[in-house]
Amino acid sequence: MSVSVRIPTILRTYTNGESEVSADGGTLAAVLDSLEQSYPGIKGRIVDEQGTIRRFVNVYVGNDDVRFLEALDTTTPEGAQVSVIPAVAGG
Amino acid sequence: MSTSVLPSQNGPQPAPDASGDRRLRAGAFGNAVHLVCRECRATQELGPSYACSECFGPLEIGYDFPEVTRAQIEGGPKNIWRYQALLPVPTDITSSPNMEPGFTRLIKAGNLGRELGIRNLWVKDDSGNPTHSFKDRVVAVALSAAREFGSTVFACPSTGNLANAVAAAGARAGMKTVVFIPDNLERPKVITTAVYGGTLIAVKGSYDDVNRLASEIAGEEEGWAFVNVNVRPYYAEGSKTLGYEVAEQLGWRLPQQVVIPVASGSQLTKVDKGFSELVSLGLVEDTPYKIFGAQAHGCSPVSAAFKDGHDVVRPVKPDTIAKSLAIGNPADGPYVLDVTRRTGGAVEDVTDEEVRDGIQLLARTEGVFAETAGGVTVATLRKLVESGQLDPDAETVVFNTGDGLKTLDAVADRVGPAATIEPSYAAFTAAAVV
Repeated sequence: MSVSVRIPTILRTYTNGESEVSADGGTLAAVLDSLEQSYPGIKGRIVDEQGTIRRFVNVYVGNDDVRFLEALDTTTPEGAQVSVIPAVAGG
Repeated sequence: MSTSVLPSQNGPQPAPDASGDRRLRAGAFGNAVHLVCRECRATQELGPSYACSECFGPLEIGYDFPEVTRAQIEGGPKNIWRYQALLPVPTDITSSPNMEPGFTRLIKAGNLGRELGIRNLWVKDDSGNPTHSFKDRVVAVALSAAREFGSTVFACPSTGNLANAVAAAGARAGMKTVVFIPDNLERPKVITTAVYGGTLIAVKGSYDDVNRLASEIAGEEEGWAFVNVNVRPYYAEGSKTLGYEVAEQLGWRLPQQVVIPVASGSQLTKVDKGFSELVSLGLVEDTPYKIFGAQAHGCSPVSAAFKDGHDVVRPVKPDTIAKSLAIGNPADGPYVLDVTRRTGGAVEDVTDEEVRDGIQLLARTEGVFAETAGGVTVATLRKLVESGQLDPDAETVVFNTGDGLKTLDAVADRVGPAATIEPSYAAFTAAAVV
């Protein structure tokens, strides 16, 4: 499955400044592994040492926050848009 | 403070001025010296950044305070700028057009206290701010930051009160505003934003959807200052002034208990920070205080985490009449848990019917018409004292952060004339309603 991943400004040092990149995988976990292959180091900024999504990062598949879905096991259909967004906003 | 080059760690940089210069002017942020991550404590230069470049944690302002005296503060203006030395704003802050919020009344709430069995109760009534909510405080500080960064657009995602405050402050400052709101917002809050001009955009979705959109735009658009996104560290500091004022108005001492509404949780944590700063600066005695958080049951992720003993907050889909508190994924939720637990307080939640009861109770006993958020705090106060979590003998301050005129629908079907009569004395006596 090929998906599109939106990269926040804070992580664009890993993607040569690209705001949107392609990755492969049928689940979010696989997509992050794919991202790591292309952009070494980026996965560790999104998930912690225990392998869970960091406290201050929100990840969306389409319009849905994956915390309301299956977290890293959330399926990522062909052509899906994955968005990684800093969580500390609002209020 | 020396002149420094703006960092480029997250979020777009402000537009350069006509000369192309991106440097901050000396003293642009008063006694603030850097941004510091609340999680990993990494520091970075002052700039329009909000997430730690190391761990995504929230950034807040670090200061190098000089000696600050009560006399200096008391000699300042009757608004939040009396605390200029404690905020990330320049010493000439009063010379640029702003809403001059703050120094709202602290009411001795004897009637409400008697009704609830609380001996020494006060209401901090922040509905007296220029756009009738505490948001004028935070927006005033954010506006200063936006100016200093050379931002060209003043923007926010909002549940309503912030929308009012940003639109009004932008109008007064002569700055372009863009305000994003959920499309189901209460109509009064739509009108009281749109009336100031600027661009108002209704987004099909919840506040959390709007917030996400704002975060994405903040990451792409040059020169935009989203008050509660990329200038959030500065904005949030404005809430400290609620804590400063309560202490000053009590005669330079800390209350023993405070009850504060929780949406993102920023306000509660900043009141705590304000109290701590007053102690460390020697402006008040170091006396213990407990901080309590108040949420509506239909959006109570922080209360749920508190009760479950968790230190992380699981996001929820909000469903409550208290729309100004309807943030399902509260950015500062974990810190609310830290503060309430550290101080011996609690986080509690109340139903929408209890919120309506709370609005009417405060109005009936103290003549203060609160927005739904105020209904939440008053209802939570009642629940806390009834459950024994709050000490009825300790001096207590409950916050009303907005004006009831903004959320008339909350009580519209509960109140009205006792009778409709002909204009005659006979009709009056026959009605027998007095």
